[in-house]
Amino acid sequence: MDRRQFLKTTTSAMVLSGLGTLPQRAFAQGAPIKVGLLAPLTGVVASGGREMVEGTQFYFDSIGSEIAGRKVELIVEDDASNPDTALQKARRLVEQANVDFLIGNLLANTGLAVANYVKGNGTPYFIPIIAADDLTQRQRIKNVVRVAGYSASAFTHPLGDWALKQGYKRIATISQDYTFGHEQCGGLAQVFTEGGGEIVQQFWHPLNTADFSPYLGQLANMKVDAVFAMETGADATRFIQQFASFGLKGKIPVLGAMNATDQSVIRTLGDECEGIVSPAHFAEGSTVPVTKKFVDDYTAKFQKIPSLYGFSMFSGAMWVSEAIKSMGGKIPSKEALVDTVLKTDLTGSPLGTTVKLDSYGNPIYDVYIRKVMKRPDGKFWNVPIETYKDVSQFWKYDPATYLKQPPYSRTFQGIKKG
Amino acid sequence: MTQATRTLTIGAIAVAVAALLPLVLSTYQVGLATEVLIFGILAMSIDILAGFAGRTSLGHGAIFGVSTYVVIYLVSQGSSPVFALGMGILASAVVAAVFALLAVRTSGVYFLLLTLALGMIVWGICLRWTQVTGGENGLRGDIRPAILYDHKTFYWVVLAVTAVISFAIWRFVRSPFGLTLRGIRDSESRMRSLGYNVPLHLFIGFTVSGFFAGVAGGIYAFFNNFVSPSTVALAQSVEGLLMTIVGGVGTLFGSFVGAAAIITLENIVSSHTERWQTVLGITFILIMILAPEGLVGKVRALLGRVSRSKSSVS
Repeated sequence: MDRRQFLKTTTSAMVLSGLGTLPQRAFAQGAPIKVGLLAPLTGVVASGGREMVEGTQFYFDSIGSEIAGRKVELIVEDDASNPDTALQKARRLVEQANVDFLIGNLLANTGLAVANYVKGNGTPYFIPIIAADDLTQRQRIKNVVRVAGYSASAFTHPLGDWALKQGYKRIATISQDYTFGHEQCGGLAQVFTEGGGEIVQQFWHPLNTADFSPYLGQLANMKVDAVFAMETGADATRFIQQFASFGLKGKIPVLGAMNATDQSVIRTLGDECEGIVSPAHFAEGSTVPVTKKFVDDYTAKFQKIPSLYGFSMFSGAMWVSEAIKSMGGKIPSKEALVDTVLKTDLTGSPLGTTVKLDSYGNPIYDVYIRKVMKRPDGKFWNVPIETYKDVSQFWKYDPATYLKQPPYSRTFQGIKKG
Repeated sequence: MTQATRTLTIGAIAVAVAALLPLVLSTYQVGLATEVLIFGILAMSIDILAGFAGRTSLGHGAIFGVSTYVVIYLVSQGSSPVFALGMGILASAVVAAVFALLAVRTSGVYFLLLTLALGMIVWGICLRWTQVTGGENGLRGDIRPAILYDHKTFYWVVLAVTAVISFAIWRFVRSPFGLTLRGIRDSESRMRSLGYNVPLHLFIGFTVSGFFAGVAGGIYAFFNNFVSPSTVALAQSVEGLLMTIVGGVGTLFGSFVGAAAIITLENIVSSHTERWQTVLGITFILIMILAPEGLVGKVRALLGRVSRSKSSVS
């Protein structure tokens, strides 16, 4: 093939592939239910994104890709871990692919961008992973519902209470310096200090910190009763490893955010992660039969213990599907879908309990305090050691009063003075 | 027909065709077309420096994004959209002037690195100055004025602005000032010995280029209603530069072809495979090998060859 011929064929191939994506018209009832899944398949959090797709796919496969007799068509788009791309893909899914609802996204900034977009057009948008507090608090958007997700500070409130019960008086926090970290640390700091504890020091480090020694060196001499680590992904791995290499493991107890000891982190780690305590609604090491079954099935299919990403998307997809089923497979309008989801209780999820949404579109869970333990086969997982029943995102505060305080940030951590 | 009238005629036809697009495209595609126009302006502003002054900037994404930030911040604080747009463009021009002060005495790879570093500073500020910029989460707001809410109306307004801006840039590079820039590109020492103030010309050229990047950034704010550090990140600068290169450096209007090619490719390919970045990379390599002068440059060269062979026949 000479160059000219090659050019001709490639151009025509490109034109053809372009034509293939011309707008597809919406169909009437009987047509498939179109689900738009946004997940970061490339970029910094691509591994989490892949597990999101797996979890969603796993659920739809388990119901034969059919809800109340209607086929489910899952359209996956890559948000590239970038809010601008996420926004563009959300537009494509809504305006061109005519999806019935959007679900997914991982990073808070991608979720906030898409939420801002659907605010304008009412498309139902479900966020099982996005944890930004204000999406179900101060800046609530009605058609954005956190099915099977959690708001960042919801689980660190009970962790603060648990820390008090252990008799801890002095805690230092170390966290990635962005909203997700500020919110999780804030939840712990507020409950812990209001109960008489003291937050000795808060370290904020940039995302992707390679070397934790400056922080660990200071931590070693602070005489704290425990350290709270809010880390995700590679930072979590590095923190846990370096904490152990500094000889601090076993000397200072580590409390983690749920994501610090998520399977996506600890599946690559060894003994250094053992014993870290973290709060979450899901614990893969739970003995509840449905949880066990889910974990076994998932492990059999994907050769890895499910992470929160897989679990949350599985349960989120289930929640919305249950709602559609209760409407007999029909989605008369966007509003109807949102309203029905808000009224639907999640019963069949791997959690084994019934989960309701509060009036702000955030689920109320039983929160486990979990500890990382070694399994007989040498792998590590989170095993529940204590349960807090029915934890609201507002903890024990009155929602109206709670919402009057500023959102948690680097400058406002809810720390009670004196 | 002189070259100028020919360019103007082609331009007028292009605008007319572009104006008819919303009648046949779906709303999503109109959105993409709007984005092509916005990034086309950004790519043109880069082309002013790259194509006419011989200075390749890797800081234009940051200059563009500053305007986006300012517009969204001001409108959500209650300013009028027009005032905010003005301030956004002004902010971009000021940032560009600061960049220019530091960068005009360099050229080649040093200019590239200096603008890259300056862009990274802007990115760092947007990421860390959380109280104003919202940090990682960025700023959101429903800032597009109600009369422009409709996709088509917005597209037509952006098209009108783009047409005016394109004409202005075209005039700018054809002005005596633009010719001086070209002189500098071809031989800096010659221009200096002829008595031209080279740094001053580059300074003004850079600032004007930043002004236009600011226009694009301001419109982008109304398009997206959202801004985050990724808008001022290095990737944005690189993408802008790629659009210029794919369209053809020094062709000015090739920028729109480049923007269209890249935005369309990105959106189509990424819907089909998660390896879309690989596909894009290969496409760029192919373009660089087969048409190093860019798509528009290549077409021009081919047309030139055809007309030459015709004239040799007759």
